[in-house]
Amino acid sequence: MDQLQPLWSPVRLTLELASVATLCLLVVATPLAWWLARSRAKWKEVVATIVSLPMVLPATVLGFYILILLGPDGPGGALANLWGARTLAFTFTGLVIGSVISALPTVVQPIRNAFAAIGDRPLEAAATLRASPWQAFWRVALPLASPGLLSGAVLGFSHTVGNFGVVLMIGGNIPGRTRVMSTAIFDYVESMQWREANILAGGMVVFAFCVILSMILIQKRFEGSGL
Amino acid sequence: MKPSIFAVACGLFAAALAPSAMAAQTHVAVAANFTEPAKEIAALFQNKTGHEAILIFGPSGGFYAQITQGAPFEVLLSADEERPRLAVENGFAVPESRFTYAIGKLVLWSRVLDVTDGQAALEAGNFSKISIANPASAPYGAAAIETLKALGLYDALQPKLVQGSSIAQAFQFVDTKNAEIGFVALAQLYGNSEGARWLVPEKLHASIRQDAVLLKKGADNEASKAFLAFLKGPEARGVIERYGYGLDIYAAREPAPAR
Repeated sequence: MDQLQPLWSPVRLTLELASVATLCLLVVATPLAWWLARSRAKWKEVVATIVSLPMVLPATVLGFYILILLGPDGPGGALANLWGARTLAFTFTGLVIGSVISALPTVVQPIRNAFAAIGDRPLEAAATLRASPWQAFWRVALPLASPGLLSGAVLGFSHTVGNFGVVLMIGGNIPGRTRVMSTAIFDYVESMQWREANILAGGMVVFAFCVILSMILIQKRFEGSGL
Repeated sequence: MKPSIFAVACGLFAAALAPSAMAAQTHVAVAANFTEPAKEIAALFQNKTGHEAILIFGPSGGFYAQITQGAPFEVLLSADEERPRLAVENGFAVPESRFTYAIGKLVLWSRVLDVTDGQAALEAGNFSKISIANPASAPYGAAAIETLKALGLYDALQPKLVQGSSIAQAFQFVDTKNAEIGFVALAQLYGNSEGARWLVPEKLHASIRQDAVLLKKGADNEASKAFLAFLKGPEARGVIERYGYGLDIYAAREPAPAR
């Protein structure tokens, strides 16, 4: 049991990171997805493309630019100055920012699709019943889009758990602070501690299996209920 | 004069043709920190022997895992002596072929602080983060820890340590100024005059021996054996030294003594 102790710290940190990142992702992605689904602006697909870029860029490239973004010469450094730090790299906050940027496309997409699938009619009906656009959004659109929101949250959470390249590039591998599961596994493989690597990797496989299975079940359930 | 020019031309023509007639290829797995010198050496090697060395760059630990799974590498230029030794021990490499091709030199480097007197800078501790390579997997990282311990500063500086997964990443943290100061390889500063540096005295840490070994896959390959022989030769050693590595005096002797 003592041998497993060092394995717990990256697991706990990963779960904390993924939870915080998922919350931030929902806050950022929901209005963005709403705008992308409803706006008639011609340049909205340009924005959609920019949001999708992290999906295509190699993690090392993305990670390198996030490292510069977080650094003393970037906006992250300016932000860190507010509380007297030099950089956001090597911090939990930095990892959250990196995770949100890299998982954004996977979260925006299902939510946008869900909003688009609602169509104009339920919102027009709400308007005829004197609902303000704000009320229509909260009471009609959001509940109707909840399967999409749920998919987005699950995907964002699991993307963050599986995120390796970006975290490796900006984390600095500090035990208990920035050493998450994926980088811990990499370390164990690199230093030939394959037993520890196997345990963590095995846990990740089980986790991924559960996530994908629950996604499929959620989808089936909503399809069954006529949505 | 004319006949001699003709003879020279014929000679050049023959020289150009001759090696290619028996040219072969070898696949060399090269530790990432040795990327630039390896490219130069491979070019010189091809000019001289006509053989082609196809270089694959990556982390030594990753290479070792791949070799145990039958990767098609014929030569390994590792960043340490551990992996080549293990490759021999576990039957993936030719035992007598192992030798030290380069000895890494550790440097304290900064783009924001004056570290010309590294020991004083480390003692002053006017920085929030100090970057090193992962000591568990990268010899440069282990040497950095040994240095801090030898200076009696490890306990004081330990909370400020950030680790790159490789020496390349440790360099990146300092280069982007995310860490004010860090231990990098002298070879990484080749052609780079930026910032201030302090060459860590070699007595402060065990020497960073980078070993090469002929893998079983290349045991019968002419080009693989020729590449390792070339790596011990004066042209290659000139390149290695120019990039800021030390040389093992024993490696130049033929045959290399078993260690």
